[in-house]
Amino acid sequence: MEFLQAQLPRYLDGAWITLQLTFGGAVLAFVLAMVFGIMGTVRSWLLRAITTVYVEVFRGIAALVVMFWFVFAVPDMTGFELEPMFAAILALGLNVGAYGAEVVRAALNAVPRAQVEATVALNLSWFQRMRLVVVPQAWAQMLPTFGNLIIELMKATAVVYMVGILDLTAVAREVRSGTGETLAAFAIAFVIYYLIAQVLIFGMRLLERRANQKLGRTPPSGGGIMSLLRPPSVGTQVGVAK
Amino acid sequence: MNNDSTPMIWDFAFTFEVMPSLLQGLLVTIQLTLIGYSIALTLGLLIAVVRRVPYVGPVVHFVMEFIRTTPLIIQLVFVFFLLPASYALPVFGPVPITAFTVGVVVLGIHYAAYTAEVYRSGIEGVAKGQWEAARALSLPTTRTWGAVVLPQAIRKVIPALGNYLISMFKDTPLLFAIGVAELLTRAQRVGSESFRMMEAITLVGLLFLLVSIPSAIVIRRLEKRYAAV
Repeated sequence: MEFLQAQLPRYLDGAWITLQLTFGGAVLAFVLAMVFGIMGTVRSWLLRAITTVYVEVFRGIAALVVMFWFVFAVPDMTGFELEPMFAAILALGLNVGAYGAEVVRAALNAVPRAQVEATVALNLSWFQRMRLVVVPQAWAQMLPTFGNLIIELMKATAVVYMVGILDLTAVAREVRSGTGETLAAFAIAFVIYYLIAQVLIFGMRLLERRANQKLGRTPPSGGGIMSLLRPPSVGTQVGVAK
Repeated sequence: MNNDSTPMIWDFAFTFEVMPSLLQGLLVTIQLTLIGYSIALTLGLLIAVVRRVPYVGPVVHFVMEFIRTTPLIIQLVFVFFLLPASYALPVFGPVPITAFTVGVVVLGIHYAAYTAEVYRSGIEGVAKGQWEAARALSLPTTRTWGAVVLPQAIRKVIPALGNYLISMFKDTPLLFAIGVAELLTRAQRVGSESFRMMEAITLVGLLFLLVSIPSAIVIRRLEKRYAAV
């Protein structure tokens, strides 16, 4: 208990860095996923080819390798050094964005064909069709997988200690080498990671619920906000993400 | 790293010089993936079955959820520090505890938490009538699972399981954290010895693509061949 009291502030600092990385990575990944996901559905073969290259390259290489490349190889090639925090967010965002782009593309393609035909009949522009009809319906389908992806992103931030960022994992390692208490030092970090994940899962389910309500689909069981706390949660969308 | 801020030119002689070492690293990476994957496949199946046992099931579920929501890298570092491995490398049965064995076991357990969910969805997808038929024929539990439920469940989840093989391959660079001599670790070593990180790290990226893109294509074929979940 004393150990916890003495060390907790350091852990919270580390957790704050982890949250910043998660948030920064998520924003970048979201923008990339939307842009490349939509690009993957257009008619131009060039735009689709660009999307395929981006998706296959960044899904094929681990975020850690990309981060190392930004931190160690880019200075050699260009003479400029990247801020580690910036390099980390860039690597994480590019990696998760590639997974996200596939999710967005699949969700957009899954919107019933008749919906698109209706927008053509109503003489809506491409932009109106996307904004008013296609994206809102696809959105509800993307969210569950986005939930998985944000958990994966949060977990992936733990690698940043290797480029010298003081995140939660770095703090756990430091506390361990400072006090010799391996079990306690890591247990605190594990619990904080677990709690962050639970908060993220809860938040994503709120979003999902709202998206479904907007489409006039009420949750099957009804129930209050507490129904969002039910298991099973992360990773239950089988075979996607990661 | 050069500090005079002049861009470096790609050195092909150096590329050929480090290639053998990197390819050996790739071999270690592939070994790690295959052994870890076998652990994930068997343990995951076991967990999926145990999760249906009353009382024990929810506990197992919580543990798996915990493993899934915390980073693999901190799990690796934690187990590596916790075991006496880092001090003495004792021999445990026929297998010595080294960074490699710790890495491969932790990797396997982490992914078992995912594969268990895949198996679970497959098992739940087996029609209720199959269970009832097995009961009607008064098959013993082992036969019900072994001859009726699992063959149907597993066939359906083969593509999903295949995806985790690729994910696992891409997660092996994390074993750099505990010093397993896989691809990234070797690249980092030769790169920092020769002050030529650019070639070393870029080659790692290319080698990863060389393996993961063809395997993604194979998985897509599998998906077409077997019914997806």
